[in-house]
Amino acid sequence: MIRFEGVTKRYAGAPGHAPSVAVDDLTLEAPTGQITVLVGPSGCGKTTTLRMVNRMITPTSGSIWLDGRDTAALDEAELRRGIGYVIQHAGLFPHRTVLDNVATVPRLLGWDTAKARRRAAEMLELVGLEAAYGGRYPSQLSGGQQQRVGVARALAADPPVMLMDEPFSAVDPVVREQLQDEFLRLQRELGKTILFVTHDIDEAIKLGDQVAVLRVGGRLAQLDTPARLLADPVDDFVADFVGRDRGYRALGFRGAPPLALRDEPTVRLGAGVGAARAATTDRWLLVLDDAGAPVGWVEPDRLTGPIGPEHLHRGGTVARVDASYRAVLDAALSAPSGRGVLVDESGRFAGTVTANRVVAAMSRPAGASQVDPAGGEDGAGTGADGIRETAGGDPAGTAT
Amino acid sequence: MITQIWAWLTAPEQWSGSRGIPTRLVEHLGYSALSLVLAAAVALPLGLWVGHTGRGRWLVTGANAARAVPSLGLLFAVAMFVGPRISSNLAFVIPSVVVLVLLAIPPLLSGAEAGVRAVDPAARDAAYGMGMRGPEVLRGVELPCALPLLLSGVRAATLQVIATATIAAAVSLGGLGRYLIDGLAVRDYPQMAGGAILVAALALTVDGLLALVTRYAVSPGLSGKHRGGRAVADPKGQVLAPGPVRSEMPSKSRLEVS
Repeated sequence: MIRFEGVTKRYAGAPGHAPSVAVDDLTLEAPTGQITVLVGPSGCGKTTTLRMVNRMITPTSGSIWLDGRDTAALDEAELRRGIGYVIQHAGLFPHRTVLDNVATVPRLLGWDTAKARRRAAEMLELVGLEAAYGGRYPSQLSGGQQQRVGVARALAADPPVMLMDEPFSAVDPVVREQLQDEFLRLQRELGKTILFVTHDIDEAIKLGDQVAVLRVGGRLAQLDTPARLLADPVDDFVADFVGRDRGYRALGFRGAPPLALRDEPTVRLGAGVGAARAATTDRWLLVLDDAGAPVGWVEPDRLTGPIGPEHLHRGGTVARVDASYRAVLDAALSAPSGRGVLVDESGRFAGTVTANRVVAAMSRPAGASQVDPAGGEDGAGTGADGIRETAGGDPAGTAT
Repeated sequence: MITQIWAWLTAPEQWSGSRGIPTRLVEHLGYSALSLVLAAAVALPLGLWVGHTGRGRWLVTGANAARAVPSLGLLFAVAMFVGPRISSNLAFVIPSVVVLVLLAIPPLLSGAEAGVRAVDPAARDAAYGMGMRGPEVLRGVELPCALPLLLSGVRAATLQVIATATIAAAVSLGGLGRYLIDGLAVRDYPQMAGGAILVAALALTVDGLLALVTRYAVSPGLSGKHRGGRAVADPKGQVLAPGPVRSEMPSKSRLEVS
């Protein structure tokens, strides 16, 4: 657990100016085994706050406690060796191989080279880098790979506490999301006490067990769970910072809607025009691959030959049956047919659902019947399709 | 002319005795090496310290400004100052070495300082953040990362010192400069040209050796030598660069310190 008690950091101003306050009387607790995200606009002191934990910056007043020990009383270097530290541009040592970069802290702790390198190799595997990368130099890696190495290096000595300063903000959005997902997977496995700094509220909400919103001048505006932050911002500043679409984004925290899935006629990739036209019930027809995973929609009327990848409309997102309201609703809204595609745990097609149905499920009190009685409001015009529960059997009507 | 120079260079009497080329060469290298070692002993630790602490940067600026002092003028000034006080041969050695040391210090100092200052701030921050102490950061991160610039400072200093050591002959010392001064005195142009060629060849040879040292001393992660081949994709689609292959390409134009 990291505990801030009345921590203030003041910088002497230029002559004739008042001193500037980076962090103002911060009291905060980052619970053991959880991710606490510090988020706020630039100048809110979030990085200063983070760097005071490992004493890269010394607080002007107040104290910071690490598992019951006052950090000010500990030896600086030894304190830091016990804390994982990940920074924005990874800060890898360019002259050392990836493996030796990761082995840095174990070496500092006096491990012999062979043991430290063995440990480093395990860490690379843990962050999803193949052993071949160990012998390369940082300049040979992409930004995302460098960040993985940065995380591996921070984890190498198995510190109970991690400080992460915008670790994913310098990579492109696709890689960032991938790194975030893997970071969450790692954290489920490792259960570190993590203090994480970001300026990106979406990242904060996605990663945080609790989120501390800081305002300019280093004052804590709100400390809450992501769901509460979206649902109940304490003031205009937090509401503004949390941003638009917060009602929609809050749906991301409402777990699996009790949905009744529709059967959906489907066709296999490579099927002929006749099979597609026979299977279809309206303009759009869902296409599955051989493993039963949805790959996209086609319009059978416009087909001229067997269904190939080039005919697929890929605009629709796919949600798992146990996904949040947000993911399921997004699947429904993004599907060209208006019917959101849901898959089971193994990625096989489970059924479809319309936005109307998701909204209806949302307004129903929890614990209500899983079967939607209002089956006729779909508007797809088929009427003949059976309504199944989420846990129902294989989808029927697959033409081959 | 070329035949005459060749004749001078290949004459047997040039290759033996106390006035022969081997002796002059050893003298020349001796003055140069002594000056470089003394200059490095002062300038490299100082440059690393200035780069590491960020303090005393005026020293580097000052040393670079001192390059404006003409070497020959300084040589005579020091010789005139030292000459009356010391009677032995040192009266000639000291002024020459002082001039050469002063000549070598600026490139060495700014090479070491610029090398450390150019270290990626993120790498330095990470080094401290992971619990390295000041000397560990200097030894383990800053010095190895500074090597390319530091060594290019060494090369610049070495070239200058070897080229300028010829002026030692002007205060009646040995070295390859003798051929220039003596040749000029008797208007023996083939001898002057031969001496000049020898100095140039020596400077280039030593520079080549230092280039080789640089190649092996600097981590491939810094020199980019590993980028010799094409990147290949592994089965997962991630781009893998080939292993540390020594490229056949000439090294990138080195960063000039001066």
